[in-house]
Amino acid sequence: MFPQVDTQAVLAITLAALVTYSLRLGGLLLSARFPRTGRFRQGMDALPGSLLFALVIPSIVAEGAWGVVAAGLTAVVMLRTRNTLLAMVLGMAVIFAARRLTV
Amino acid sequence: MKADFYRGASANIPIAASVAAYGSVLGMLAAQKGLSWLDLLLMNSAVFAGSAQFVMVDMWSKHLPVIEMAFAVLVINLRYLLVGASLGPLFSGRSLLCKVFLMHLVADENWAVTMAEQRKGTASVRFLFGGGVMVFLCWCSGTLAGLMGGGLVSHPEYYALDFAFTAIFTALAVGLFQGKKDIPPWLAAGALALIAHHFLPGKWYIVIGGVGGAITAMLAAPKTPASKEGEHVPAS
Repeated sequence: MFPQVDTQAVLAITLAALVTYSLRLGGLLLSARFPRTGRFRQGMDALPGSLLFALVIPSIVAEGAWGVVAAGLTAVVMLRTRNTLLAMVLGMAVIFAARRLTV
Repeated sequence: MKADFYRGASANIPIAASVAAYGSVLGMLAAQKGLSWLDLLLMNSAVFAGSAQFVMVDMWSKHLPVIEMAFAVLVINLRYLLVGASLGPLFSGRSLLCKVFLMHLVADENWAVTMAEQRKGTASVRFLFGGGVMVFLCWCSGTLAGLMGGGLVSHPEYYALDFAFTAIFTALAVGLFQGKKDIPPWLAAGALALIAHHFLPGKWYIVIGGVGGAITAMLAAPKTPASKEGEHVPAS
């Protein structure tokens, strides 16, 4: 059975989708106009790492000292082994254990 | 190549599994708000952005605040402007059609996995796309499972699944680290993100931290194309 989708819902989803997609494609199309050398290029090279670091840091800090330990272990394991899955699982294991110990 | 598509898809399996677990939480919330599976599937396919969808479902009611919703989505997803811009080198030389078609399935997860892969020199647009399809399938399965019959995992926090994203994004960030020259931008990004996270609502901290980091890198002494990786970085 197909449920009814009301007009409002279609409108809300369409608008949200247009906004999101424009940002995704807009960023890519804009980047073609960016200078490929010099200072601007240095900034763009540093962007992905900075963005990802900015994304995780509040969640690490929110987890307290154990969050820092978990993230630190994840970072060290990643640097040593380059194994993303192992690094992730060990970081989660620290939080899993810490939540059991500290409650 | 086809192989790159599958490589991208399988590289995203660990993170996509967490995406499914979290999707089931969204599905449960959606069920409480009275969204049908079709509403949710439309939203998954058209918007395809986790945190924005959480906010949309939260704002869902009899009379939808359509404009407010779109504005909230704009603020939360502003980071995609930077994500899109950072994919410039990967897409260089590709046709507009390719860009238009592939950019829809760019989520935080497959973007981060692709950027890490690009550092190794083995990323491609097909790798990105394969990851996008994997994340999309897990997102749909997770959200719909949550909507139909409760969560896949009833207490994700109990298993530290909420930390899965933090852990994997940390690992991927470490994979992007370019050495000493990244230390000032990362410190700036981290500090700005924490400040913004404390004082501003929503997801501003990601954009502010990312842009702050990039600007810090721009302010550093420009490198001449001839300079080598291991050269001494002058203290600033």
